[in-house]
Amino acid sequence: MKLSIERATLLRAVSQAQSVVERRNTIPILANVLIEAEGDTVSFRATDLDIEVVDKAPAMVERAGATTVSAVTLHEIVRKLPDGALVTLSADAAAGRLTVQAGRSNFQLATLPKEDFPVMTSTEYSANFAAPAPVLRRLFDKSKFAISTEETRYYLNGVYFHVAEGETGPVLRAVATDGHRLARIDATLPDGAAGMPGVIVPRKTVGELRKLLEDDEAQIAVSVSETKIRFATPEITLTSKVIDGTFPDYARVIPTGNTRRLEVDAADFAKAVDRVATVSSERSRAVKLALDEDRLVLSVNAPDAGNAEEELAVAYADDRLEIGFNAKYLLEIASQVDRENAVFLFSSPGEPTLMREGNDTTAIYVVMPMRV
Amino acid sequence: MLPPPHLPPIGARAYDLAMPSLCRDCLTQFDSARRCPACGSPRLVAHPELWDLSIAHMDCDAFYASVEKRDNPDLRDKPVIIGGGRRGVVSTACYIARIKGVRSAMPMFQALKLCPEAVVVKGRMDVYAEVSRQIRAMMEDLTPAIEPLSLDEAFMDLTGTARLHGAPPAVLLARLVKRMQAELGITGSIGLSHNKFLAKLASDLDKPRGFSVIGRAETMDFLRDKPVRMIWGIGAAGQASLDKIGIRSFADLRRWDRADLQARFGAMGDRLWHLARGQDDRRIARDRAVKSISNETTFAEDITDPDLLDGHIWRLSEKIADRAKAKGLAGRTITLKLKRADFKLLTRRLSLPDGTQIADRIYRNARALYDQTAHPEPYRLIGVGLSDLLPADNADRETDLLDPQAPRRIGAERATDAIRKRFGEDAILKGRALR
Repeated sequence: MKLSIERATLLRAVSQAQSVVERRNTIPILANVLIEAEGDTVSFRATDLDIEVVDKAPAMVERAGATTVSAVTLHEIVRKLPDGALVTLSADAAAGRLTVQAGRSNFQLATLPKEDFPVMTSTEYSANFAAPAPVLRRLFDKSKFAISTEETRYYLNGVYFHVAEGETGPVLRAVATDGHRLARIDATLPDGAAGMPGVIVPRKTVGELRKLLEDDEAQIAVSVSETKIRFATPEITLTSKVIDGTFPDYARVIPTGNTRRLEVDAADFAKAVDRVATVSSERSRAVKLALDEDRLVLSVNAPDAGNAEEELAVAYADDRLEIGFNAKYLLEIASQVDRENAVFLFSSPGEPTLMREGNDTTAIYVVMPMRV
Repeated sequence: MLPPPHLPPIGARAYDLAMPSLCRDCLTQFDSARRCPACGSPRLVAHPELWDLSIAHMDCDAFYASVEKRDNPDLRDKPVIIGGGRRGVVSTACYIARIKGVRSAMPMFQALKLCPEAVVVKGRMDVYAEVSRQIRAMMEDLTPAIEPLSLDEAFMDLTGTARLHGAPPAVLLARLVKRMQAELGITGSIGLSHNKFLAKLASDLDKPRGFSVIGRAETMDFLRDKPVRMIWGIGAAGQASLDKIGIRSFADLRRWDRADLQARFGAMGDRLWHLARGQDDRRIARDRAVKSISNETTFAEDITDPDLLDGHIWRLSEKIADRAKAKGLAGRTITLKLKRADFKLLTRRLSLPDGTQIADRIYRNARALYDQTAHPEPYRLIGVGLSDLLPADNADRETDLLDPQAPRRIGAERATDAIRKRFGEDAILKGRALR
């Protein structure tokens, strides 16, 4: 195998590959990226056995062929090469070496045989559809903060990506929860998605997927089966196993009858929460919200450290209410709001609270209060 | 076993004239004699620095066994071993059983081989804890600076208490053990010195019913030929790494430069250098903070049945919750420990976003760890632990969206606790506790 490729193109392809490989893995071949050159294309394939990413790039292929080499080392080398350099990769199968050459730099890297590289088995996908990158970006960006890290509830370690019945018909929906807060984000159902099986997309896949969604104009081809999900742009294909588990019936925990309505500027609210929470050093800091007519008093009382209080002008017309929350959770949901005011709907100090942006019901958040 | 009266206590130069002496029976203070001039007792302690030393270590003699013998006089002249079941280990052996070679931490089957006539008693921790509290109260009468190491031993700093009590520390300590024996029927041994390290060494020199003194003047001589494994905290592994460089005795240790020891053993090296010279500046820290609460059971026979194990997980969780509640603590980390039939130990832990002291939550999380780790295979031990502790008023404040029944179960548990407080431990039991 021998090919030449532009440094910037190579860097983009290799950086996606090296982020998929596990840093601490015990199987040597999994640290490697599989480089395959044919026609006028080179592809870089990396896997951790749960996720596989294949990145294709145009290259001048002199001699077709394939080899595998450490993804991290190759990435480091390419990253340090000067911008605009032309990089030549040539494999010497007999010597088991890959030569990386650019200008006067020359590197010889150890390789492992391409036959040892595990290729993810192909699956029959039961639904194929295309969705604009910004739509997918919104679905995952707004829900991922609520993904659980609890290993004992592994079925919460991802975003539940499925088709659901929204207020005005079927929607494409992303839900994530860790039992303390929940995010439910809806998007218009793309053509061809109706029969899609609901799947739990693992946290790591959500992170890797993000890199495919930067381009506002891109259309992403999505393929879903009971066990796998694939996202593809013309250059990059990301295939991932989904979490084998049942996502809990989240609809039952979303309150529908909360009537006490608070409307507040989300940024002012978040800043005030952040300020009062400073006095507490506990990991789960409780902030108390005391609501009275058009007045919100935020307070934190940390017996050993001190206390803090801040008043905000808000729109609130219901009965007096005192309710406590974990400051971190409040900050996280408030930061999801970027266009309009945050609207909180409360029931009682012991019941879940709902938050949304203005009257937009396509992105709602539920947060559990905390005893204060 | 009393020390033969004709031998002086450790470190004392034999019966010099005008050596400060104390009768441990009637607490008379006098200058050297063979017997107490007041009551004629031979149980004396004499030492040139006797009135000047004030750091003490009190260690009860075969504590659990002594409590059992006290409460059941039939056991008085029999070898008694405290420990759980045939499969457990010896937690305490009385002095009669020790003559046969039984030691604490020895597997029970081995102990019974050495001493087949021994009476094995399952420990009654609640009784021992109560006796321990009574001893603690007696120590509190002497000084607030008490550092308990376990139920049956503690350091005491009596510096500056002589004026208050009208007697030097040695007298107070002799009075303490005398009082323990008279009021609680428990004997203890005292080590008196000028730092914790030496006080702890001293209490072990003359057991049981001992009173040993290590003075400043004799410290270096006393340690010289002693093995370094006497240092508290040096176990088999530490001994092995010291052996490797030829350090067996304190004299060997003293030959090393401070910098070399530091380079080799880090912070411990510096400590070794000081200990080699009998120097220890650690303060007596009252109530060192509890770091974790845990409990474990070794089964009489290996258990495979998940339902039976589940019952154990529940009972252990409940015990831990009880202790956490008693101390007003809660924990964020829950640990499950399983020992397989081949003695391989599996430990799994998880962290909660908030702390808990609720048995139900400890149990559910420990059970989830079990479901995640365990394959149906025989286990010989199961343990549950709670760590990363915090005050209870900051705990159990968050409820789980996905588990709306949880607040109700927590409420039920608090109600059960209240009922048990009034009507006794067995007033209410969960079905799964009977499994």
